Amino acid sequence: MYSLSGRTAVAGIGATEFSKASGRTELQLAAEAVFAALDDAGLSPSEVDGLVTYTQDSNQEISVAREVGIGDLSFFSRVHYGGGAACGTVMHAAMAVATGAASTVVCYRAFNERSGRRFGQPDAGLGGEPSSQGMEMSWHVPYGLMTPAAWVAMFAQRYMHTYGASSEDFGRVAVAMRRHAATNPAAWFHGRPITLEQHQASKWIVEPLHLLDCCQESDGAVALVVTSAERARDLRRSPAIVSAAAQGSGAGQMMMTSFYRDDMSGLPEMGVVGRGLWEMSGLAPKDMQAAIIYDHFTPFVLSQLEELGFCGRGEAKDFIANGGIEIDGHLPVNPHGGQLGEAYIHGMNGIAEAVRQIRGTSVNQVGTVHNVLVTAGTGVPTSGLILSQD
Amino acid sequence: MTTTAESSLHELLTALGERQIAVGEVRGVAATDPVNLPMIHHWTDAMGDANPVYTDEDFARGSVHGEIVAPPAMIQVWTMPGLARAKGAASPMDDVLGALDENGFTGVVATNCEQTHHRYLRLGETLVPATRMTGMSGPKTTALGVGYFVTWVVTWYSGDEPVAEMMFRVLKFRPREKKSEPEARAPFPLRPAVNKDTAFFWDGVREGELRIQKCGDCGELRHPPGPVCPSCRSVNRTHIVAAGTGEVYSFVVHHNPPVPGIETPFAVAVIELPEGVRIVGNVVGCPLEKVGIGMQLRVTYREMDDELVLPMWVPRES
Repeated sequence: MYSLSGRTAVAGIGATEFSKASGRTELQLAAEAVFAALDDAGLSPSEVDGLVTYTQDSNQEISVAREVGIGDLSFFSRVHYGGGAACGTVMHAAMAVATGAASTVVCYRAFNERSGRRFGQPDAGLGGEPSSQGMEMSWHVPYGLMTPAAWVAMFAQRYMHTYGASSEDFGRVAVAMRRHAATNPAAWFHGRPITLEQHQASKWIVEPLHLLDCCQESDGAVALVVTSAERARDLRRSPAIVSAAAQGSGAGQMMMTSFYRDDMSGLPEMGVVGRGLWEMSGLAPKDMQAAIIYDHFTPFVLSQLEELGFCGRGEAKDFIANGGIEIDGHLPVNPHGGQLGEAYIHGMNGIAEAVRQIRGTSVNQVGTVHNVLVTAGTGVPTSGLILSQD
Repeated sequence: MTTTAESSLHELLTALGERQIAVGEVRGVAATDPVNLPMIHHWTDAMGDANPVYTDEDFARGSVHGEIVAPPAMIQVWTMPGLARAKGAASPMDDVLGALDENGFTGVVATNCEQTHHRYLRLGETLVPATRMTGMSGPKTTALGVGYFVTWVVTWYSGDEPVAEMMFRVLKFRPREKKSEPEARAPFPLRPAVNKDTAFFWDGVREGELRIQKCGDCGELRHPPGPVCPSCRSVNRTHIVAAGTGEVYSFVVHHNPPVPGIETPFAVAVIELPEGVRIVGNVVGCPLEKVGIGMQLRVTYREMDDELVLPMWVPRES
């Protein structure tokens, strides 16, 4: 069977600074990140023939193409479901390159999520749309269940009940991420680690989630250049080979509110992604030297470790205990500090960190990383990648 | 307005009133039509006055009057100017009532009306009204607001003979600020979208029923509902009415950020129904710290505004 594994690579990464108020338009942020990624790869805009972004991105592919001087495009697509799109953009790009639909595809995500529209703020319009998503939301929004933190908290409560996990267990994720961010100059929380006590003392957002269980809000942009593995070998940077790419949606899936399927203590959609990644790459959890686990809210980091097979069901609290996911732990997770510590760029900044780990150029480098797993937004249909050294 | 300004206004109004009283009687515009049978007919019909002396010539001829006479209470009708002709002749009242309007005493209510009829009117007499202002008092605090009572007298003449008089008194008042009465409720800001697939649920809630979609063919229950049965592809949809009890399967307590229309903190739960489906709703009517997984609930209904009713959940025992 034809496999996508090993045929393509991430050849360039680029980003703007991560801030709370970029002071410029989202289109400018996108253009800056795309330029940075192309410069990193040693490619010019005229060599790009494909663009992929999120359905939530406000910058059309053609607008970005005009802005950075990309000419003809033979491939453009968008990936849906919020932050679940992150790794999906690379998957779509890789499929386009592997099939010859395009030769060089740039994936980008750019937003002023802090100074512009903030995802964490209640939007009364969520339940007002007669679209299928609006109808989903209409079973929740009238009761005030309308923020990402609240939707995740509903799962977290059931997870705690089922497996005996505690708020401290969630807090250990936040502490690890902030520890990593503290030594990453690009991170918003550079130099600002936290303790478990600070996590516990932080205000309630939606019980059982404290403020420090929730990732920050950020302005910024990240772009990635995907091309064939063969071509990538001739470019400036060591290629980060796409060993596997997968999307996943589970039975009874909803956008953040999959409360009606049998079990609320897992993330079946991430199980779909995990099975796809292991099968396509022929690798196993033990082959990963690091992982980038989507961390918009701490509880789902635990669920993902279980769904991906890094530990058994309900065992994540033990897996993360005693610094298990810190840089010197048995599975370093998010050495850049994740979205809790570095920035919330909808998961794209995590993919960039995975590439740096493969290259061996991260400020928080985890020894030699042969393979790194990356996940995208959780609670929604999602996606994942395994990137590998050549 | 300051007290000083208020008292100088009072002096001004009082002086104006005294001046207009001194003007005495001012003749108005003569009646458009003389006293006539068609208008009498209309009036007695409208008032339900069946006395034949006003309308039946033969009867009237045999009465003490010897001819048709007009109903005395109809006196005002003969010289009413009508809306289009309202700005006829000046009256001594114009300046007073105008000054009160200009100073905010825009409300008006008639408080007294006393008529004196000197004699019956006969067909063909043409009347002329004359008005004189007779009094003004105030300011008085009334239930309607602060105002001035203004009194005048109208005398109707047939030729030089006064045939009737009317004393009329009004209260010209400053309308009170509208009390904060229970206005139409502000619409609850968090509204569900409703379509053909879900209307039965919201209709049910308005009728105090918690409805669960049931496949009309295979009988499967489903919530949230949808157009097609995922088990048998049937689009034949019916519903059952749930018992209205449930158990907390999971829950949250929302603290931040503020949510429009709901005071924080508040509890939202995923509730498992004995019918075998789950539904999301608010747990109310108990301290938030009492809410927990396994808690037994029963449904109640709350009007959120004039249109929207939401199912709410309270502890089973309450």
